[in-house]
Amino acid sequence: MQSNSLLNIALVGNPNTGKTSLFNQLTGLNQKVGNYPGITVDKKQGKCKVSEHLTAEITDLPGTYSINPTTLDETIVLETLLDENNSSFPDLVIVVAEVENLKRNLFLFSQIKDLQFPSILVINMSDQMIRKGITIDIEALKRELKSEIILISARKNLGIDALKREIENYENWNTEPIANISEKIDSEFFETIKTTFPEFSLYKSWLLITQQKNCGFLSSELHQKITAFNPDSEKIKKYQHKETIYRYQIINEILKKTYSVDKNEASDIRSKLDRILTHKIYGYIIFFGVLMLIFQSIFEWASLPMDLIDSLFANLSELAKTNFPQGVFTNLIAEGVIPGIGGVVIFIPQIAILFLFIATLEETGYMSRVVFLMDKIMRKFGMSGKSIIPLISGTACAIPAIMASRNISDWKERLITILVVPFTTCSARLPVYAILIALIIPDKRVFGIFNLQGLTLMGLYLLGFAAAISSAILLHNVLKIKTKSLFIIEMPNYKLPSFKNVFYEVVEKTKAFIFGAGKIILALSVVLWFLASNGPEKFKNAAEFVTAQESANDLPDESLNKKIASYKLEHSYIGIMGKVIEPVIKPMGYDWKIGIALISSFAAREVFIGALATIYNVESEGEDVATIKERMAAEVDPVTGEKRFNFATGMSLLLFYAFAMQCIGTLAIVKRETKSWKWPILQLTGMGALAYIVAVITFNILS
Amino acid sequence: MGDTIASLLIGEIGIIQDFCLDAIPLNLLEMGCLPGKEVRLLQIAPLKDPLYIKVNGSHLAIRIETAKQINITKLR
Ligand SMILES: Nc1nc2c(ncn2[C@@H]2O[C@H](COP(=O)(O)OP(=O)(O)OP(=O)(O)O)[C@@H](O)[C@H]2O)c(=O)[nH]1
Ligand SMILES: [Mg+2]
Repeated sequence: MQSNSLLNIALVGNPNTGKTSLFNQLTGLNQKVGNYPGITVDKKQGKCKVSEHLTAEITDLPGTYSINPTTLDETIVLETLLDENNSSFPDLVIVVAEVENLKRNLFLFSQIKDLQFPSILVINMSDQMIRKGITIDIEALKRELKSEIILISARKNLGIDALKREIENYENWNTEPIANISEKIDSEFFETIKTTFPEFSLYKSWLLITQQKNCGFLSSELHQKITAFNPDSEKIKKYQHKETIYRYQIINEILKKTYSVDKNEASDIRSKLDRILTHKIYGYIIFFGVLMLIFQSIFEWASLPMDLIDSLFANLSELAKTNFPQGVFTNLIAEGVIPGIGGVVIFIPQIAILFLFIATLEETGYMSRVVFLMDKIMRKFGMSGKSIIPLISGTACAIPAIMASRNISDWKERLITILVVPFTTCSARLPVYAILIALIIPDKRVFGIFNLQGLTLMGLYLLGFAAAISSAILLHNVLKIKTKSLFIIEMPNYKLPSFKNVFYEVVEKTKAFIFGAGKIILALSVVLWFLASNGPEKFKNAAEFVTAQESANDLPDESLNKKIASYKLEHSYIGIMGKVIEPVIKPMGYDWKIGIALISSFAAREVFIGALATIYNVESEGEDVATIKERMAAEVDPVTGEKRFNFATGMSLLLFYAFAMQCIGTLAIVKRETKSWKWPILQLTGMGALAYIVAVITFNILS
Repeated sequence: MGDTIASLLIGEIGIIQDFCLDAIPLNLLEMGCLPGKEVRLLQIAPLKDPLYIKVNGSHLAIRIETAKQINITKLR
């Protein structure tokens, strides 16, 4: 074998067979794994050292039941396998199967074999065999399929080395097709295909003909050739049907000789759990209870570490101020950078708890049951039961949630899902909610067990869902798109969550939050700090001006300094900008400082707190350093002398954040997934207008 | 008798006879829902739709419109 060659390997298989788990084992990466069919919706690549001389580029693909796609994520598999010019076109294919559903897995394997790729069958989850009473005669199966087969457990890391050793030998693998479709269906018809497309294998030509509309990569020449071939669609359908039956016939024959399940060995936790979790009453109660538990714990468990982090950063600022030499640089650190970073780090506990719950739920297999429970209801709103997954994972972040809609086959259901997902309360809203709730809602218990703040948070989550549902109903009635009502979902078996998978998911997501948001927040804090600590003429003469103005009042030094600081801030660059926008935001009950933070957060919501922290820190220069929360609580309206974050303003802000579309990343993803600017623009303006109107009304009613 | 998957009661088993090709997505056949195969109704969702079935070894949820298109004979 030549050295330094880079071998392209594709991982293909049914959903939920453990492709990504194997991918992670091979590449050492930590891609998302979960017990739900449709976790991976995009191609992911990573390198794997197969042996001393052989490095492979592994491509993890979305799960699919067949090469004939019905959803967008499945189309990616078709493209990867048929388009010879794409960079991840495989030199060999690993078909990942799983011990329990081997029959169905082999259906796909037979298609891959017929495409004549060098391919190997990997049967995963061998650790489950004994518990399920499954025995497989691997040697016999190898002979029957004329293929290499390896039994592995991706979770337990068993058989991976054997797989690598086998891959080294891939040039000697048998590439004969398994199913002789031509002979069994209509040899005359398939003979004409052979002569019309001599450049491809028979099965590939057949796929190109049947899947022409999904093959965007074809050259226009080839497109024309296929169109010219023009078999009638009735015939194609009939033959596809025959092909399916024929493949299952072959597979049944083979499995009869090689695969057996001892029903007595198999434990039946599945049906017992299903009976409760999908029950018409308990099912909903449990689902609601799970949601309740999540929101309560976000508040209860996170408050202590959050307070610790908050005061830690306040102390750090203090420390920087007292220990570094006085000057611009020290101010930048103490007033811009440290509070800015603090504004990100403080939310780690909440984000981590949220992801802990989502990752655990996804690993158990519960999510598919929720899809099942909710499908009928969701359809009334123009969505699919599968939309519940984007709506729930939207509580983490709308971007992956919108991607997760790819496995919804109906375009209208999918589009509505994409459009309303940004209403769900994402983790970037959480920081804003958390601080505001802590400021305006008393930390009391109601009914003995519920924390009032936790309940408010839950209320906001529900409000987000309600907004999503209402706008879905609206869209459902407005959008004129034909639907096919296609819905099939596999119900995976329950699993104990793998601690490792949950742990990595929490770590990866939290890291993404810190570094993604962190970068923006940090940069913005520095810019805001600069704009707040500099200004034109009036800013520079602040001290003299205020001293002169107040000379008659004989103020103590402390109050005088405070007055100077506010005067300075008001006449800094940022103060001047703030005054310009004040008329627009005043009806919602905000002053210009909140306005600046609000505008900064149009790039990303979580910037809001960091921005406020920076602005207030500049203003409080010279005073004792306080935590973000204390500083916000102490802020007063100079005209009325009332607290700035009173109930009316707080509620108005909460509702503004609940509805407004303030996330550039989401807009970009919506554009990509809908292939049009129309939809993201609709979201931005529609949600923005709603947020503004609701905030104005709320403020005016409450104040 | 005109039985379809939709006329099964929870726990009942039927054998798939045939179905109208136009009404059934190819996808469902490819998941193992084929004539001659055994199908058992495991659970019905609260609002009578969708249905949770086990067919040919696969555990699937399908909507009632689809279930009504699949003719079966009930097993006693
Ligand atoms: N018991 C057991 N569970 C496994 C094994 N490998 C994977 N799993 C679990 O199977 C589930 C599916 O794993 P994934 O790696 O996400 O499967 P996938 O094929 O990438 O799924 P999709 O991306 O949705 O198509 C997860 O809950 C894994 O923890 C294994 O060897 N044994
Ligand atoms: Mg995957």
